[in-house]
Amino acid sequence: MMNTGKVLYLGILSWLLLWSPMIKAELTIEITQGVESATPIAIVPFAGQEKLPEQAQIAAIIQNDLQRSGYFKTLSHEDMLSQPSQPGEIKFRNWRALGQEYLLIGKISSNGMNHVIMFYLYDVYKGEQLMAYRLRTTAPKLRSSAHRISDLIFEKLTGKKGVFNTRIAYIKRTLQKSGKFRYRLQVADADGYKPITVFASDEPLMSPSWSPDGKQLAYVSFEKKYAAIYLQTLNTGKKTRISAIRGINGAPSFSPDGTKLAVTLSKDGSPDIYIIDLQSLSRTKLTRSFAIDTEPNWSPDGRHIVFTSDRGGRPQLYTIPSEGGRAKRLTFEGDYNARGVYSQDGNSIAMVHGNRGDYRIAVMELASRTINVLTAGRLDEAPSFSPNDTMILYAAQKRGNAYLAAVSADGKMHQKLQFASGNIKDPAWAPTIK
Amino acid sequence: MHSLTKLTIVFISLLLTACTTTENTGDILEGDSKNQQQQQLTDSTEIVPYHEDTPDIGNEISTHQLGPEFQDPQNPLSTLTVYFAYDSSQVQQEYIAAIAAHAEYLRSYPSLRMVLAGHGDERGSAEYNIALGEQRAKAVAKMMKMQGVQATQLEVVSYGEEKPATTGHDEAAWQMNRRVELLYQGQ
Repeated sequence: MMNTGKVLYLGILSWLLLWSPMIKAELTIEITQGVESATPIAIVPFAGQEKLPEQAQIAAIIQNDLQRSGYFKTLSHEDMLSQPSQPGEIKFRNWRALGQEYLLIGKISSNGMNHVIMFYLYDVYKGEQLMAYRLRTTAPKLRSSAHRISDLIFEKLTGKKGVFNTRIAYIKRTLQKSGKFRYRLQVADADGYKPITVFASDEPLMSPSWSPDGKQLAYVSFEKKYAAIYLQTLNTGKKTRISAIRGINGAPSFSPDGTKLAVTLSKDGSPDIYIIDLQSLSRTKLTRSFAIDTEPNWSPDGRHIVFTSDRGGRPQLYTIPSEGGRAKRLTFEGDYNARGVYSQDGNSIAMVHGNRGDYRIAVMELASRTINVLTAGRLDEAPSFSPNDTMILYAAQKRGNAYLAAVSADGKMHQKLQFASGNIKDPAWAPTIK
Repeated sequence: MHSLTKLTIVFISLLLTACTTTENTGDILEGDSKNQQQQQLTDSTEIVPYHEDTPDIGNEISTHQLGPEFQDPQNPLSTLTVYFAYDSSQVQQEYIAAIAAHAEYLRSYPSLRMVLAGHGDERGSAEYNIALGEQRAKAVAKMMKMQGVQATQLEVVSYGEEKPATTGHDEAAWQMNRRVELLYQGQ
């Protein structure tokens, strides 16, 4: 399945296209395995974009987005016979000859900080216009506007919601000169652009979980030398302590309505799942086993919680009604199944699937209970679905390098998100358009 | 029905004006060849970055301050780390003497406190490893309490796979990371 000949160094490509040599790329994305059946689309450089800064090259950002989705393959600029920017300039015959199914053209008119982007999407075979939009924006929002255009195109052509204008959170660990680790909770655009540290500590940070509105992050911090769960509002930086009871305070997961957190506490001895009401901070105990119960995650309808438990001897996934009740074992295949997370449509659960010492990302389709192993790593963990369920972001490791990777939900497209420095772990894809 | 539709239109236009007059306006999307529309797009959530200050300093006391017996490799008190097998919180035979010696020491100095920091290797899921690290630390704590150490003298914390003793990625490194550290604390 892995075809090294087909490895496409989009990372290098995007580096050349998006960043001037002066700006050091914080993150590069490399498609390690593409999809044979990806739809060909030609994205012509927009007229007028040459006047914009390197990081705001609209057509290049759109090209990168669509290519990275795994659904499209884009045409290189050198292969284009012409570069039209107006509907009247298009010769569909030429684009058909190049085997292109769709064509995007556009132009940008700028007036100081204000920009107007006109763009048109065509079906090359029918010679038909599918979209024509004018987008008014300002200089600081150009990248975000480009992602919006990608979203519109993606939705039009695949019928699925585009999620290029979303964010991811993750933990970055670096080794300091003192020999101690430094832990940073960072938030970046889904393409890795503009990472922002929202909290940092010399003690571990773990398990970021997004609020359903994408405005808050719950996470675990050991900043006081013991585990505590905090809630931080991103646009104010305000941090509230939610739980710091004796023992484990871990694995926070927001309820779909945003009013509660499911967490792991070990105050009574063994780790159990609790529900914390964010208004009153009152706790309700959900599981009562003598074994390890941890890593709760809510079903999108709020009715169930999936969690990891070793009550059967080895860690496996179980579900329990969120209002309380009997836990049911969900996984039987493999000797280690942990960190289950529901897809946004509630039809499947992604997990860490361990078999004979290898830990991989797998997806269980709930209707059929079949498990599909998607990755081939040895130490893959922490899966997180994209908001449209097309991709799963996860943490991987190879030769001591911890990085984020993504795989399409069908396992066909693989990509690696390589940061300039540091060990990257615990990714969480924000559930909303940023 | 008709008046309701009208009312809705008035409402929407009011909303639109409200949006367009706010200072921090988002992108405006217009057009589509088929149906004319104008859409005010919401702005992204601004993120306030964290200003990193000087890191805080821990209060572990070095075993040098405790006495020479902690430096003597022949003395069981010199063992300050207990190692574990994969996915296990069972204390291995070879550490029983060391745990007993530390229990004895804590009993003779009731004002001394100890943090038992549990850790795991990097394999598997991070939060599950937190639970596993806690089980390991609790197994050591239980043995010490059985030997008369006051519960108030002991504090259990688990760091899971977050603070590896060594950053290697083979069985030798993993073995070094599956551990409980015995950390004497200042008064």
